[in-house]
Amino acid sequence: MADLSTNFLGIKSPNPFWLASAPPTDKKFNTDRAFEAGWGGVVWKTLGDQVRNVSSRYGAVDFFGQKVMGLNNIELISDRPLDVNLKEIAATVREWPDRAIVISLMACTEREAWHDLVKRTQDTGCHGFELNFGCPHGMSERGMGSAVGQDPQIAAMIVEWVMEVAKIPVIVKLTPNVHSVVPAGQAVVKAGANALSLINTIQSVVGVDLDTLVPYPQVGGSSAFGGYCGPAVKPIALKFLTTIAQDPITNKVPISGIGGITTWRDAAEFILLGSTSVQVCTAAMKYGFRIIDDLNSGLSNWMDEKGYKTLDDFRGKSVEKITKWESLDLNYHIVANINQDTCIKCGLCYIACEDTSHQAINITKGDKQNKYEINEPECVGCNLCKLMCPVENCITMVEHPKGKYLNWAEFSQTDNGLQKFSPAASPTPNPNIHS
Amino acid sequence: MPLKAKRLSTTEYEENFSDIHPALTDTRAQVESNRCLYCYDAPCTKACPTSIDVPHFIKQISSGNIKGSAHTILSSNIMGGGCARVCPTEKLCEGACVLNGLHHEPIPIGLLQRHSTDLAFKNQWKLFDRKKPIGKKVAVVGAGPAGLACAHALSREGVDVTIFEKEQLSGGLMTYGIAAYKVTPQFCKEEVDYILSIGGIDVKYGHALGKDVTLEKLEADYAAVFLGMGLGNTRKLDIPGEDLKGVEDAISFIYDIRTNPSEKVAVGDKVAVIGMGMTAIDAATQSKRLGAGEVTMIYRRTKNEMPCTQKEFDLAMLDGCQVIWLASPKEIVGKDGAVTGIVCDEMTLGKPDASGRRAPEPTGKTVELDVDMVIKATGQIPFEGLFGKVELKNKGGKLAVNELRQTNREKIFAGGDCVNGGAEVVNAVQDGKDAARGILKLMGVANG
Repeated sequence: MADLSTNFLGIKSPNPFWLASAPPTDKKFNTDRAFEAGWGGVVWKTLGDQVRNVSSRYGAVDFFGQKVMGLNNIELISDRPLDVNLKEIAATVREWPDRAIVISLMACTEREAWHDLVKRTQDTGCHGFELNFGCPHGMSERGMGSAVGQDPQIAAMIVEWVMEVAKIPVIVKLTPNVHSVVPAGQAVVKAGANALSLINTIQSVVGVDLDTLVPYPQVGGSSAFGGYCGPAVKPIALKFLTTIAQDPITNKVPISGIGGITTWRDAAEFILLGSTSVQVCTAAMKYGFRIIDDLNSGLSNWMDEKGYKTLDDFRGKSVEKITKWESLDLNYHIVANINQDTCIKCGLCYIACEDTSHQAINITKGDKQNKYEINEPECVGCNLCKLMCPVENCITMVEHPKGKYLNWAEFSQTDNGLQKFSPAASPTPNPNIHS
Repeated sequence: MPLKAKRLSTTEYEENFSDIHPALTDTRAQVESNRCLYCYDAPCTKACPTSIDVPHFIKQISSGNIKGSAHTILSSNIMGGGCARVCPTEKLCEGACVLNGLHHEPIPIGLLQRHSTDLAFKNQWKLFDRKKPIGKKVAVVGAGPAGLACAHALSREGVDVTIFEKEQLSGGLMTYGIAAYKVTPQFCKEEVDYILSIGGIDVKYGHALGKDVTLEKLEADYAAVFLGMGLGNTRKLDIPGEDLKGVEDAISFIYDIRTNPSEKVAVGDKVAVIGMGMTAIDAATQSKRLGAGEVTMIYRRTKNEMPCTQKEFDLAMLDGCQVIWLASPKEIVGKDGAVTGIVCDEMTLGKPDASGRRAPEPTGKTVELDVDMVIKATGQIPFEGLFGKVELKNKGGKLAVNELRQTNREKIFAGGDCVNGGAEVVNAVQDGKDAARGILKLMGVANG
């Protein structure tokens, strides 16, 4: 059995699965249930000034019968009195000594306010803080949450204030509502933050009610931008995570990965791209805390299969595999192949290629069914047909090497290259890769 | 024991003859429509004689555009509501569904089609506009699926259509010849009303061809004539005892069920049904549902060759009917002029015949069954003597037509069972559509 135990700056948990700061971690009632179910840790829902919430608070994106591909919310930070939360946290810390208990914090941009909040919450015995610089709704209108995360200077200033009084590790949760998370990440790490977590939710409108014409979620005939999360945001989260894991300043601190993690596969991907712990919310909101069983056993079984004994054995292993486009091998060539024995003649590969790609699939019309075959010389190996095919392993991509490794830079020096269109020879840096 | 009506209570009759299709709920329709892969040039569409764009209408259900979905269905098949109930989908669209190739349950295309068309009828969606009348008149004989499809297609183009129907209701075999639990009388009426609501179609009920109206006159009075009168009664068995009391024709038996209150239709204690087609199943199950004690289906070949679908066969089995395979009626025996039994040759399968199926041959042994009712469901034969002096080319009574359903007489077109010798409703609808195209071409009217 693989060892799933996690050590995040000395914050230990039996597995890397923490519940993200959100409604599921607002009360001891919930966190007790989560720990009973087996979750490794919780990030307690953000504490700060007293707020009041609205109803409704959620909107969802369904996709062809699949409920909640994405979820957005307009709920603010914890609306329970601070002292109630603090009492419950202290009790939780006592009762669950082997679990990670981190508190999310948010205060207005005043040194005293942050000092006061840190000091009061630190007394609970919690193991770390997560500074909420990411909430994109409500609080951001008052200069907090993502309003802070979007301004590296202010973010760094607040981190400095927090570090003046914090005696436990401080994680900064970054907002994805920026073109790049790296500037804010660099700023807070330089200011002393011990770790980063990402992503917070993405500002969004999930849809419009076509009868009332009011967007979701609806509050008495009106709506507001909400924070988007759930499976739909995972690819965006993985991209932001990679940029943090590749940056030489931000990759010196541990990362807690967040964003649409639903299965152990998602978690493995986040860890492969540099996460030390992972945080989950939407999946738990959809299915309840019981999903921790499969998160643990699936990850453990995969690790056993691959020979990884601990999470460290594979952490970050995929980070270097994402390079700049210009380093990709232009001579790597694959061609689609359709297995006629397993093909069910749905024609989805054909219509995708014919209408939207390279007309590289031939159709032979039949009375009952058509036959679809790859026109190999026309196939550019784009992979679209394989992705659209509903039959497992029916379409495979077969390597047809074109020559030795040739990247863009080298290619532009050749006679066939496009150097005449880009005389500068050195391509524009990819703004998403900070090296 | 003579045939007897009123074997069951009113409640039992109601239960037995109400709609057996569990219509899909909205949620189930969503779930099922989302399973559809949306195949390109889909095998299900290829398998549909009316070429309904199945993936398209299913995706329209999935997107919540039920009205668009109903339009997609009914544009190809104006009897798409009825076909959703009576089509042998396992042999057509659902049998062709690519999910079968993945060993998944096929999409329930029939039920989804019913989902959309039910809503169209319920909400009286006006999905088709009739063009301004163009001053052309066409006569249609028979308000069955072929005639209605032809009339609707012509009316859409502004043609004035008069249908001559010998019965008092439209729908043909849909109304008179199919088990009521598949298409209820109420549904048949709704479907016909919907089709006729386009306007421009005048149905003259109680007008039988060759009796109340002659083909000669129709040919003279109208720009074109479409013959869609279907077939006549079941072919004779040509065995002794066929005239005994208690020997019935399946078509007349089902006609009686469809035109009378259930408690007035007499049925035997022990019923033999000859044949294994869809009509045989309808006769057998409905005998049971009328309260017959034992119903035995007699078929001269084996289960492998039966013409009905497995689903229909299962229905008969669930209703408690029995089957004797490899048995061919030899003699119907009786006492005092009424049926008391049936003697059958026991058969064995020999070499394939013209139909490609192995031909049954007598073994020399016989089997006798005590029955008080025999229902013949061995295929219908064409009507005779309907056309007066007009001579129409035919093959054994089945009218000969070209691909536009035109007969040897320029102005006379034909389609449906009277041409194909007895096929599905969906085939008749396509014939009606094809004939409408032919008629429009003949009249020099651009189609569409």
